[in-house]
Amino acid sequence: MAMSANMGPNGNTDGNENAGLVVRGLTTTFDTPRGQAIAAADVDFDVAPGEIVGLVGESGSGKSVTLRSIMGLIRKPGRTTGHVDWRGRDLVAMSSEELRRIRGSEIAMIFQEPMTALNPVLPVGLQIEENLIAHTTLTTRQRRSRALELMNIVGIPAADRRLDEYPHQFSGGMRQRVMIAIALACSPKLLLADEPTTALDVTIQDQILKLLLDLRDRMAMSVVLVTHDLGVVAATCDRMAVMYAGRIVETGAVAEVFARPRHSYTRGLLGSVPRSGTSRTMLQSIEGTPPSLTNLPTGCAFHPRCSFATDICLKERPVLEAVTSPTRTVACFHHERVAEAEAIL
Amino acid sequence: MSADWAAARSAFRLKALPRSLVSGGVILGLSLVLALWPSLLAPYDPTAFDYSALLAPPSWAHPFGTDNFGRDVLSRVIHAYTIDMQIAIFATIGPFIFGTIVGAFVGYAGGLWEAIFGRIVDATITFPFLVLVIAIVSVLGPGLGNMYVAVGVVGWVFYARLVAAEIKVQKRLDYADAGRVMGYTPLRIIFRHLLPNAITPAIVYWVTDMALAILLGSSLGYLGLGAQPPAAEWGVQIADGKNFMNTAWWISVFPGVAIVLTGLGFSLAGDGVAELLRVRR
Amino acid sequence: MPLFSFVIRRLLQMIPTVIFILIVTFILVRLLPGDPASAMLGDRARDADVERINRQLGLDQPVVVQFFYFVRRVVTGDLGNSIGLKVSVSSLILQRLPVTLMLTGMSALIALVLAVPLAFIAASKRERLPDSIIRGAFQMGLSMPVFYVGIVLLTVFAAQLKLFPVGGYGDTLGDRLYHLFLPALTLALSFAAVLMRNLRASIIEVMNAEYVDFATAKGLRSRVILFRHILRNALISTVTLFGLQIGTLLGGAVITETVFAVPGAGRLLIDSIYGRDYPVLQGLTIALAVLVSLTFLITDIVQAWLDPRIAR
Ligand SMILES: Nc1ncnc2c1ncn2[C@@H]1O[C@H](COP(=O)(O)OP(=O)(O)OP(=O)(O)O)[C@@H](O)[C@H]1O
Ligand code: SF4
Ligand SMILES: [Mg+2]
Repeated sequence: MAMSANMGPNGNTDGNENAGLVVRGLTTTFDTPRGQAIAAADVDFDVAPGEIVGLVGESGSGKSVTLRSIMGLIRKPGRTTGHVDWRGRDLVAMSSEELRRIRGSEIAMIFQEPMTALNPVLPVGLQIEENLIAHTTLTTRQRRSRALELMNIVGIPAADRRLDEYPHQFSGGMRQRVMIAIALACSPKLLLADEPTTALDVTIQDQILKLLLDLRDRMAMSVVLVTHDLGVVAATCDRMAVMYAGRIVETGAVAEVFARPRHSYTRGLLGSVPRSGTSRTMLQSIEGTPPSLTNLPTGCAFHPRCSFATDICLKERPVLEAVTSPTRTVACFHHERVAEAEAIL
Repeated sequence: MSADWAAARSAFRLKALPRSLVSGGVILGLSLVLALWPSLLAPYDPTAFDYSALLAPPSWAHPFGTDNFGRDVLSRVIHAYTIDMQIAIFATIGPFIFGTIVGAFVGYAGGLWEAIFGRIVDATITFPFLVLVIAIVSVLGPGLGNMYVAVGVVGWVFYARLVAAEIKVQKRLDYADAGRVMGYTPLRIIFRHLLPNAITPAIVYWVTDMALAILLGSSLGYLGLGAQPPAAEWGVQIADGKNFMNTAWWISVFPGVAIVLTGLGFSLAGDGVAELLRVRR
Repeated sequence: MPLFSFVIRRLLQMIPTVIFILIVTFILVRLLPGDPASAMLGDRARDADVERINRQLGLDQPVVVQFFYFVRRVVTGDLGNSIGLKVSVSSLILQRLPVTLMLTGMSALIALVLAVPLAFIAASKRERLPDSIIRGAFQMGLSMPVFYVGIVLLTVFAAQLKLFPVGGYGDTLGDRLYHLFLPALTLALSFAAVLMRNLRASIIEVMNAEYVDFATAKGLRSRVILFRHILRNALISTVTLFGLQIGTLLGGAVITETVFAVPGAGRLLIDSIYGRDYPVLQGLTIALAVLVSLTFLITDIVQAWLDPRIAR
């Protein structure tokens, strides 16, 4: 009795409903034949309730690994350290049963690869409903109608029949919608969406993004949105974070970053984006090749490809620091020069 | 000095050899020595009766004891290596060669040949292997020679299936086309270019098949359809001793240990070869 | 109804297989030295009987016609008469085959019960001590001849410890299960080793599949992930293996029944060889081959049911 006195209904009292997601020092390493690869290095970022944060970066920069690490999905030879505070409770330190209760209900994830993320031998309806079985007390009939509702929401025609079909009977775009439906099944408070709309055509993409915005407005759902599409970032996200070689190199409000990037990598990615209009504009490719994670350049990992680099960039690694405001951070020694250069253009 | 050693080691890639291949290889190496020169290590004549020491338990004079004719079990187990290792090789080499050749042609020719071959495979695997071999042996008459014939009649199919599948894959690769463009004959393309790359699974299967051959050979020996007494063969020995299991367990138990050990050698080596060839590719 | 049409297609595919089985068994008896009738009737045959059999088999006709007669007889269930036992081969088979089926069924069950949990432990403790021990055990299991395991188990558990009967078959179901336990265990050990090797590999493969991560991300209970997502997928390839191994299992049953004096079809086969009872040998070979192809059919259907991608 004495013990339970300072415990809340969920077994803790310091849970803070308003804190959202606070990631600090999240680091994930893999042992590879060519040495240790740090796929996510000291990642810090916050997502407030109802906020949509875009996560961008070249292929292999660690976006998916970061999302998986937040969910605790890194497999054994790999290791995750650091803190992932969700509403004041640390997901990394949490018991597996506590984590299980949060996964799929409070925090849901949309995987990047719709072709492999669905179990090939189970009907799609079951794959949606098992989420409800795990986290709700709905009856069989209620689950079925919720599954139908979700299929309709994500725009799958003939939903009633298709619930009994198997993934191989769905096209790539349809499977991606199924995955979105599964993720949304329990009305999560935080959605980790790894390129949720890549396999979809523009109309459906807009529909899905509208749906996310709507859920954010109605239920204060937070979203981390990984995408290669700057148009999507501009149209949907409140803030954005840019990753390079496993590290976050710049964060800020979307408008600010677009208007005045302070990291030379962000500047490269943005390229010559038209600042107005909603056309789909993909991340620009940058000259040079992304570094190997097992053999990172010294100092700032970006220096071999950076036109602003000086001696210090080769020797020391810039840390992510707040610049103009607490939420505007950048990891570059010469961010002022980068910002100026952009202004001149 | 030690640096030289390290260099020598990596030059021979000893470290790169799979552990299972090393342990399997050691077992098989020793087995081969025993098979080739059994008299060197066997303390007695394997067929010599000794009526003064019937059913004698293991002792310094007879480490594995003696059987109901006073024959030294250790000597018989050692001499049986000759027959059982022979079974491992003779029962598999024919199917390996014949199956590989047929598989290569079928895989290369495709079409109707492949369809016919497919039916043969389907039908062959419907016969329980042992039952078919037993049936053939009983028709031809018991003995090792007829056993090899029986195993050969059935066994080639498995090799041919593996090789045909692999040849089909290789055929689609560029260098096979290059060969055709150069005007090489199909024979040359198959044997000089395709087969060396396609034979890997068949080799791996061959090593494990030798383990199966020993099990099969000793089973037939046990049933009286394989090696014939008084020859020293493990299966025959186990059959000889089975009525004495309660009083003289050593007659049957030691030959069994030899079977398990040799089978283990082949199956470890098979795993090792698989791993090695997979890495090398 | 994709599964239904799949079953029909599979049944049609069995026809050429059965024809091949009949050709092989037909040739088998032709291989006997001397004319088939005296070979089939044994050394003590009377001339009148030889002539009758020759006429019955249509041996005065061309080979193709003889084969046609043979097929007609087999299809109508007439497999001839046993020389030694003086009864029809089909009635003998009907009497003995169920014993063998029960034995193989039991051993398949024991093998599964052993293999599934051990394979799972080995896969999840991969490259660590439990995995090494289990892998060592199945390497051993693969190298142990059935007759040897049988003799050892028989001596230790039946003759010495007297926990089980030394052989034979019972009258009631419970008694039969009791009699068949040791033989079934004997047969199960090597079968379990084969299953375990395959299952371990496929569990490892499935565990690394993206959909298992996705299932974890959905917050499913670990039991659900294990049974519904991992084992179900891993078992699909094992079902095929199960079918392919049924021949080996039946071969093992022949030996086990001999060791344990179980009056099944395997024991009958060996007796027919010792007694040169060729009609029985031929009939049994056909029956066992048909049994195997039926098992293929069943495992294919089970697989199609487990994996919706197969029956399109
Ligand atoms: N299990 C693993 N073992 C070893 N390395 C891994 C593993 N998972 C990911 N990595 C490595 O981590 C790095 C980051 O991968 P990640 O999938 O996060 O990239 P990404 O930013 O999502 O790229 P993309 O835009 O292509 O999806 C890659 O170099 C990848 O090779
Ligand atoms: S720290 Fe130096 S190298 Fe790195 S982005 Fe800034 S200027 Fe370029
Ligand atoms: Mg990714």
